[in-house]
Amino acid sequence: MKLTNEDVNEILQLLDAGPFDELNLQTLRFKLQLRRGGDGTWTQEAQILSAPNLLSPATAAAVPAAAAASPAQHSTQAEAEHLVPVRTPLLGTFYRAPKPGAPAFVEVGSRVEKDTLVGIVETMKLMNSIYAETAGKVVEICAQDAATVEHDAVLMRIEPEGA
Amino acid sequence: MTIRRILIANRGEIAVRIVRTCQRLGIETVLAASEADLDSLAARLADRTICIGPAKSSASYLDVDAVVGAACAAKADAIHPGYGFLSENQRLAQACAGAGIVFIGPTAAQLDAVGDKLKARSHALAAGLPVVPGGEVDSIDEARTVAEKTGWPVLIKAVSGGGGRGMKLVHEPDKLAATIELAMAEAHASFGDPRVYLERYVASGRHVEVQVLGDGENVIHLGTRDCSIQRRYQKLVEEAPAPNLRDGLRTAMHEAAVTFAKHLEYRGLGTVELLVDCERDTFYFLEMNARIQVEHPVTEAICGLDLVAEQIAVAEGKPLRFTQDDVHLAGHAIECRINAEDWTQDFRPSPGTVSHAVFPLGEGVRIDTHIQTGARVPPFYDSLLAKLIVQGADRTHALDRLRHALAQCEITGVSTNLPMHIELMAQEEFARGGVNTAYFPWFLENRATALRDPCVAKGR
Repeated sequence: MKLTNEDVNEILQLLDAGPFDELNLQTLRFKLQLRRGGDGTWTQEAQILSAPNLLSPATAAAVPAAAAASPAQHSTQAEAEHLVPVRTPLLGTFYRAPKPGAPAFVEVGSRVEKDTLVGIVETMKLMNSIYAETAGKVVEICAQDAATVEHDAVLMRIEPEGA
Repeated sequence: MTIRRILIANRGEIAVRIVRTCQRLGIETVLAASEADLDSLAARLADRTICIGPAKSSASYLDVDAVVGAACAAKADAIHPGYGFLSENQRLAQACAGAGIVFIGPTAAQLDAVGDKLKARSHALAAGLPVVPGGEVDSIDEARTVAEKTGWPVLIKAVSGGGGRGMKLVHEPDKLAATIELAMAEAHASFGDPRVYLERYVASGRHVEVQVLGDGENVIHLGTRDCSIQRRYQKLVEEAPAPNLRDGLRTAMHEAAVTFAKHLEYRGLGTVELLVDCERDTFYFLEMNARIQVEHPVTEAICGLDLVAEQIAVAEGKPLRFTQDDVHLAGHAIECRINAEDWTQDFRPSPGTVSHAVFPLGEGVRIDTHIQTGARVPPFYDSLLAKLIVQGADRTHALDRLRHALAQCEITGVSTNLPMHIELMAQEEFARGGVNTAYFPWFLENRATALRDPCVAKGR
């Protein structure tokens, strides 16, 4: 059985006449919560729980690798403390170069100013420039080119000038 | 032939919407999904899901071979391409024909005819439609001649551009030569095609489009839609029919759209985009979209048809199931695109996990969405989360319902533009109906200025 919009509307008609202001319905396939507001109108929160029925194609890889760089993975070194991380403000795809095949914006050892462009994070078709924000030297690049990076993930670390 | 199994080569809300119609019609669905969408709502609803590649669309949703390969592996009779991605791709239409699979869309030749702006424009001229005065220019001298005829200011457009990319406005003759050169160089760099054309700039314009449906012989229209609320050429609110249009103009627009589609012997669902020149009280052909559009539900609401079902029927080779006289347009419908964007932070995108998704229910309210409580909104694709469509006996009624329905929506975990819609729907100008495309940018700018004023910000 599949839950359709018509089903929900029929359930609603039954409820409309009744005394209840909330209905919670859960089966193996879906979870539905209907609530009546103060003005008598209804809202729904629906969740389809049935798992996708995956057809494995001959060509597709067995396990999709959706590994995203986790924010805290790279900060194990004791000496990392005085280093300043460059983080991504958004979840997205990290690019080290302006286009495929082009030289990277920065490499380990590159000298950067606060306004040096060090990478791009693409989120929902928008390109967001990532700036160093700290003057100094790039000592570690933590995220790979074209990797998915989580919100606030560390992309690289900079040794600040005079440190 | 009868289509029994459809491969859906798309994602998001449109994939869910196609699954729903197929379920109603008893057609099996196979979703072609990228690795990022394997547990999406569409994947949970489809009969089967097949992985066509990694998250990056160029290696999955835009890969013709992967899509056709998946359709063959799943033994699908037909491919529904949705909108965006490969929906207007001639290579996909041809590859389908080669593999004996029905492409749910127009013919490859029709996709070609409307595929570039200049070609579409020449077809429009041949069909006798009004086009914005102007034409292709190869040299600066030619550009001067064309500009003198159209009048100033002029708009330079890249032939292969789209979605607002590759357009430049020139206010005075002195700037023409330099801007043409720049436009050609940029067009060459961006689209691999240096061709540009020149058009009169319409200062006060409305974006009104006409929905058409053809079976290759007969064509009918399903009325107008107004999509003048746009930011950077992305539509945010659409309504049907277009409000406050002079009757004679509306009828002429319907006729022009049908004439154009008939000229192409169009088979499928399509949209003829027109530009209404408010100052001159006339309209021009802009382009044709040879696919289902995001905003199709507002048309469904006023004509009572399921446009995906009609697309499938004509793709099966069936003649249109009704004539123009059978089509009755009633009431008014408005759609708000709910995007994962923070409008207070310059529309910054906001992917992530939806902690709660609560939507309104009731008469005249429809939600088309791919999100549910617990859903992950991946960062790889566009930011459309849901479409809220309301219908009323007339525009005022629809607006009342919309304001109430917007207030009932609750999406947490990601930022959305719901507050923007709520504020827009409270504006008198919008409520009056028929604003031009300059209105929405003005509304945003005005609001930003007001918020910068400390007195307004403090609510004094």
